[in-house]
Amino acid sequence: MNRLTEYMLPPARSTLASETDALFHFINVTSIILLVGITFAILYFAWKYRRRSEDDVTPVITHNNKLEITWSVIPLIMVMIVFGWGFSGYMNLVTPPDDAYEIRVEGASWNWRFFYDNGAVSVNELNVPVDRPIKLIMSSTDVIHSFYVPDFRVKRDVLPNRYSSIWFEATETGQSVIFCTEYCGEQHSNMDGMVNVMSQDEFDTWLESGNAVDESVPPAERGEALVSQNGCNACHSVDGSSGVGPSFAGLWGSERTFQNAEPVTADENYIRESILESNAKILEGYDPVMPSYQGVINDQQIGDIIEYIKTLE
Amino acid sequence: MSDTSGVQDKPKHLKHYFVDSDQQFEASKMGMWVFLVTEILFFGGLFAAYIVYRSWYPELYIQASTELDTFWGTVNTAVLIGSSLTVAMAIRSAQLNQIKGLITNLWITISLAFVFMVIKFFEYTHKFDKGILPGEYYTYEGLAHEKANIFFSIYYMMTGLHGIHVIIGIGLMLFLVYKAKKGVFSSEYYTPVEITGLYWHLVDVIWIFLFPLLYLID
Amino acid sequence: MATTDAPNIKRLQVRRFKPEESPKEHYLNAEKGLWSWLSTVDHKRIGLMYFGSIAFFFLFGGILALVLRTELLTPTQSFIEAETYNQIFTLHGAIMIFFFLVPSVPAALGNFILPLQLGAKDVAFPRLNLASFYIYTIGAIFTLIAIFTGGIDTGWTFYTPYSAETSSNVIMMTLGIFILGFSSILTGVNFIVTIHKMRAPGLTWNKLPLNIWALYATSIIQVLATPVLAITVLLLAMERMLGIGIFDPALGGDPVLYQHFFWFYSHPAVYIMIVPGFGVISEVISTFSRKTIFGYWAIALSSLAIAFIGFLVWGHHMFTAGQSSLASMVFSFLTFLVGIPTGIKIFNWLATMYKGSIDMKTPMLYAMVFLFLFTIGGFTGIMLGALVVDIHLHDTYYVVAHFHYVMMGGMVMAFLAGIHYWWPKMFGKMYNEFWAKIACGIIFIGFNMTFLPQFIMGAQGMPRRYYNYIDQFQPFHQFSTMGSYVLGVGFLIIAAYMIHSLLRGKEAGSNPWGSRALEWQTSSPAPHHNFEHTPVIINGPYDYHKPMSEFQLGIAHSHNGHHEGEKVDVETGTAQEKA
Repeated sequence: MNRLTEYMLPPARSTLASETDALFHFINVTSIILLVGITFAILYFAWKYRRRSEDDVTPVITHNNKLEITWSVIPLIMVMIVFGWGFSGYMNLVTPPDDAYEIRVEGASWNWRFFYDNGAVSVNELNVPVDRPIKLIMSSTDVIHSFYVPDFRVKRDVLPNRYSSIWFEATETGQSVIFCTEYCGEQHSNMDGMVNVMSQDEFDTWLESGNAVDESVPPAERGEALVSQNGCNACHSVDGSSGVGPSFAGLWGSERTFQNAEPVTADENYIRESILESNAKILEGYDPVMPSYQGVINDQQIGDIIEYIKTLE
Repeated sequence: MSDTSGVQDKPKHLKHYFVDSDQQFEASKMGMWVFLVTEILFFGGLFAAYIVYRSWYPELYIQASTELDTFWGTVNTAVLIGSSLTVAMAIRSAQLNQIKGLITNLWITISLAFVFMVIKFFEYTHKFDKGILPGEYYTYEGLAHEKANIFFSIYYMMTGLHGIHVIIGIGLMLFLVYKAKKGVFSSEYYTPVEITGLYWHLVDVIWIFLFPLLYLID
Repeated sequence: MATTDAPNIKRLQVRRFKPEESPKEHYLNAEKGLWSWLSTVDHKRIGLMYFGSIAFFFLFGGILALVLRTELLTPTQSFIEAETYNQIFTLHGAIMIFFFLVPSVPAALGNFILPLQLGAKDVAFPRLNLASFYIYTIGAIFTLIAIFTGGIDTGWTFYTPYSAETSSNVIMMTLGIFILGFSSILTGVNFIVTIHKMRAPGLTWNKLPLNIWALYATSIIQVLATPVLAITVLLLAMERMLGIGIFDPALGGDPVLYQHFFWFYSHPAVYIMIVPGFGVISEVISTFSRKTIFGYWAIALSSLAIAFIGFLVWGHHMFTAGQSSLASMVFSFLTFLVGIPTGIKIFNWLATMYKGSIDMKTPMLYAMVFLFLFTIGGFTGIMLGALVVDIHLHDTYYVVAHFHYVMMGGMVMAFLAGIHYWWPKMFGKMYNEFWAKIACGIIFIGFNMTFLPQFIMGAQGMPRRYYNYIDQFQPFHQFSTMGSYVLGVGFLIIAAYMIHSLLRGKEAGSNPWGSRALEWQTSSPAPHHNFEHTPVIINGPYDYHKPMSEFQLGIAHSHNGHHEGEKVDVETGTAQEKA
């Protein structure tokens, strides 16, 4: 029985999950009991009262007050219980503790950016400490998205020009997937991310070093890691194949012709502008859908990315 | 009330699926009333948008309303109320079998409706000249509020949709004049006049709400 | 004329009018030629034209669904691009909802059966009725143009800002829907006036068939809700064309306002889609249990209650959208309330079967399938109404499964019940009962195979409108896809035996099911003017304890002046021309 209930829902990885799960199971169980009863009635009546002859006489039963009141009032009471339960759980969901740790979230078609209080930034990977209430303050750079972590049972639409928020407290370390759950265009189903729940110490370590430059690694290698971390390869391939955006292969030094600007040779300035003001120059044959990385990728990182792109034939 | 013996002559206007003229007339009136309810819901959506934006930008509304010419708006209101009177008189003429009076009153109503549209035309062109255009074409500098285009978008949508309904009304009434001249209407049968009159009254009523909400709030 | 008003009691001479069997002339051959069909004002022919159109759109929407499900066999791309996939799911939804479900029972079945059940000779405004059909067709053409000139990929809900900014063909599509809305509104107007003004003598409100009550409630919703959709899509079109900024946050507008506008129509719309189905189920269960309906007033008034409360719950589509907690609470509360009248109906239908004389013909089989599947749909709706649970389930496959259970498991099953019930009246032919039952079984199995796994997937977190998905969901998707093919086969079988019925079906009698309802007291196929006499009603529509002859009464010496030279044998109710 436990296995069945565990099967229906994702692992419960937040303090809020148990409320959702308890009500979910209650409604399931009561519904199944009622459904079995109704199904039994359908089948039993169909068999027991099957027509014996064309001259069958049926009783004239037009109503039965007691019965009708019973089956109106009891379901009414039951749904009121479900309502109250659902409402109280919901109030918990929308009332973050005062000491929640705040992280800013930006949804952009089609990745998630997370801004931490010390200026650190991560793309598509939300790093949080375990056993600590986290409050996410979210907004969108373009259309409506929705931030959903099934394991935590939290979801909230992410709106342009407005802030919305959710909170959760993760109960175990590990990874939980993030989905975008408001249709936002072609790559909506690829706009997923990951919550990395780690111990407070690990989190503090990451936070400190988050944007530190690892001098031991050559810039081009750092650039390669950045391209992956920031979700660039969701749209830009490195092997020449065309995706939502043009491939990085052979980009460096090539002649680029645009729909809305004079042609340029792809140099440092062009790559920098493409990252920060992504729709300033739209390449022929592509749509202006790239979100800007202003505030997400700093100058040092831009330099590393440029070095990496130089290595791609 | 007719017996269904089939012996007596049926009036030309009576459709075979109706028992008698009364039933047909009552059905037509009810149909028009139900349709008018849908029109109220249709405009209701725009009124809802008006209310929402006014609650968010109250000063904008008061400021922007000063751009609307209250004098001509009042004239238009009088014109429309007058036309409601004349369309009711047209119905009265039909009830009294005075077809000449019916046609005259219809023409007066049509003229008043036309006057309304002409005044609206001048109002609109005057605004276009100043750069007060709907939506992203708005270029007027005269209002301090940065969201001024919202008020005018709502203004154009509401008065524009209303204006389309006035034009449709004019078309319907021209058609009534044509039919009246052909002798289709009499005190026995004037249903199209009655239901067009109902429609026209709604067009008037909607304006009576639009006018103060857009023109008189400054 | 007909209704008796105190103190002036009118006396009517009535006699029995037995329906003619094997009529030589009926509505299908009264006028011949394509033009007679295209210019018809006969509600029965108009109903059939609607039926043909919605069948076409159901096929089209169904094929789109099969394409979607096939793509979803693998977690990543199988054979279509993401952009194409997004267009296809948008179209599947828009076509199924606007061109199939909304018109299906009201326009197709309702047009055909409403005047017959009222004892009227047509609807109040037959020419308006034909206009409604052509408006539907024009709306459909605009939509098809939208599809073939760039397509549309916003989802059938057209949420802003995406729909205001996307390069796809939103304006053409919204124009098509705007036009289509008028078809729905005018049909609603027609039905309301017909029900109020054109009932046969003796047909008081407390004797109205429940199908009529259902169509009445539906028409009220259509009339009140559809104009709001019209203004919503108009505003969206203006947003795109003129940038008026009402829904665009960059221009001071509010995208959530769009959602309020949209759902204010679209939630009542789902009741437009299901309430007529409830009416059909009442007719079928009573007829095939040969028993009076249990709780007549409860069922009649519950349709009106659903219509009323249904206007107050739109926010339950927006629990995660950013509306206030107070609003969410109110919407959740009202959502639970609106479920109660529906539950009452289910119990009343079961109670009708109790101690009935049940004949398991195909319509009854579909009615029982309806009871089962719609109950599941209803309970999962309760699940979604619970605020804290909805936060987890919103925009996942759980919602997709829920609405397919109520729309397809509910409405389509009721529609199929209605088609199989009134088929003899429409065409004067019977269909192959054996294959009909087989198809019903296949559809039942295929349906559950397709949609039951989607509840589990959704609860596990699988989002909807997803082209790609993570590996853990693949077994569910594959099972669901196989189910969809089974479902398709079931529908193909229906098409096959129905076409066979038209060409070579056994001739049907005027009342093959032994129903007491008025439409069965005239010949099959129905006569051109529905009844050769003016029917007179003295009993309720489900009074199976009264003899059939009492349901075949009409005003003596009527016939609209057609048959004045007739001699009548009052005993047998037969008439011969005078020598």
